[in-house]
Formats: sequence, structure tokens, C-alpha cells
Amino acid sequence: MAFDSLSAFLAMGGHGVYVWAAWGVTGLLLVGVVIHARAERRALLRDLRRRARRAQYHGASGAAAPPISHQEGRARES
Amino acid sequence: MWAFIHKLGSPKWFYGISARLSPWFWAAAVVLILVGSAWGLAFAPADYQQGNSFRIIYVHVPAAFLAQSIFVSMAVAGFIFMVWKIKIADMAAAMMAPLGAAMTFVALFSGAVWGVPTWGTWWMWDARLTSMLILLFLYFGVIALRGAFTSRDSASRAASVLAMVGVINIPIIKYSVDWWYTLHQPATFSVTSRPAMPLEMWAPLLIMVLGFYCFFIAVTLMRTRSEILRREASKRWVRELAEEVS
Repeated sequence: MAFDSLSAFLAMGGHGVYVWAAWGVTGLLLVGVVIHARAERRALLRDLRRRARRAQYHGASGAAAPPISHQEGRARES
Repeated sequence: MWAFIHKLGSPKWFYGISARLSPWFWAAAVVLILVGSAWGLAFAPADYQQGNSFRIIYVHVPAAFLAQSIFVSMAVAGFIFMVWKIKIADMAAAMMAPLGAAMTFVALFSGAVWGVPTWGTWWMWDARLTSMLILLFLYFGVIALRGAFTSRDSASRAASVLAMVGVINIPIIKYSVDWWYTLHQPATFSVTSRPAMPLEMWAPLLIMVLGFYCFFIAVTLMRTRSEILRREASKRWVRELAEEVS
């Protein structure tokens, strides 16, 4: 252990602001990436299920449904 | 060999194999990053010159490694897509770009924050800093270019070409510290010589670098699977899969 106490650890020998700012931003971004990836996957699966239900309702095979646009959100209403 | 490549290029096969592989990469990423963080933040000795501000190295260097590796991966994927028309390569490249941009931002930000107590300035038009900033703009360019086309094929080809051309910036970043030695210090790690740091300083750095790479692989596998769901939404196996995993 390089520090004697928790306050010494947080102070980082006077460099606490720099160390925690750099680590904090990195940590937030990594967590944000994971949250985004999970949300994206959930939303896509939900979308697929909704399309499947719609296809069933219309009695179609579902294969005729338009593909999800690569420009997310924009051309969705087509 | 060709049969294997064709199998790898099949979205359905890729979806299955990546689903089986990705838990291992997630687990490795979490363990390595947690161990590396605890070691680097609390147990590694303070630097005799920089004190504790040197602990920024444990996020700065892994992020900078990834920033460059992701761009190279994107360029390789773009090449594979252009030459062999393997769609999976393009899907992966599309999913890598935002993570690469995020990692470039982390490298620049942590470097700037580190620069204040160490160099007395958060920014200088040093060759390494400038070429990293160009890398960030290249990532923005690739992302914007992909969004600028209504046709997916045109978008993919344009993004692939920009990634393949932009990859020239990577050797410039790498050698910038040797060609124009102004502010940024030369490489911390090299293949040919032992690190100039004691083990208790570089071991956590190595662990963090490995952890970041596992994180990159895990995120890319996961997001590429999402991209398969998006692009192959009309395929029967994708529709069946959506029902199964509800």
C-alpha cells in the first residue's frame, strides 16, 4: 500500500484533482459504453419482436417488412 | 481455409460463436481492469519525480493503445470488406468507430490533465498531441461519413476507404515522439528492451492494457451482434432468435 490513510489516498499527495479527474472521466466513459451497448441490444430485440407481432397480425410472412435503417431513428417511420 | 473464412463471414455463424466467446472477454476485462486499477491507484509506489500524478498513466496509456489499435482494426476490416465483400467486417468496423473515438478522447483528456502538474500546460502543439487530435477528427470523419449516405453500401465503402487512408496517421503517431522530440516522452513499452520502470509500476500498466483490449473485444462482439440484428432483421433465423431471447 502506497498510502497511510484514506484521506492520503484521496489527496494523492496534492495531485488528487488531476488523478481523479482523469480516472473519473475514463471510468464514466467505460461504464457509459457498456450501458449504451446493452440498451442498444435490448431496443433492437424489442423492435424485432414488435415487427414479428405486426407481421403475424397482418397474416404476412414478415419477410416483406422493411429492413431497419442504418441511419438509426431517422428513416424509421417508413 | 476458404471454407473457414466463409463460415466466419456468415452472420449467423458469427452470432453464435461470438455469443459463446464474449462472456470470457467480459469477465477478463472486468477482472483485469479492477485488479489493475487497485494496484495502480493504491499499491504501486509513487514516482520519485512526479509523485502521485503519474498514476494517470494507468488510464492514459491503455486508452492511447486502444485508440490506435481500434483504428488499425477498422482499416483492416475495411480492407476485408472492400476486397472480399464480407459484410461482418463492415458491421464490426461500424461498431468500432465510436469506441475508438471515445478512447482517443480519454487519451487526450487524461494527457491534458496530466500535463498540468507535469509540464505546466494542458496543451501544446506537440507532434504527438497534434497527431492524436487528428486521429480524433478522423474517427469523427468516419462516423459522419457513414451517416451521410442513404445507401448502406455507399456508406460502408466510403467509411472503409477513409479508414484505410487515415491509417497512415498511426505510424505518424507512433514515431512522432522520435521524429519531433518536443514535449511528449518516448514510448513506455517496447518489444526489444525492458521497461525503464520497476516491476511494481509496469505490471499494473500491463494488466490495464490487457484489460482494455479485452473490453474492446467484448464491446465489439456485443455491438456487432446488435448490428447483425439490425441489418439482417428480415432473415428467418434473426426473427426466431428475437422470440427466443425475450
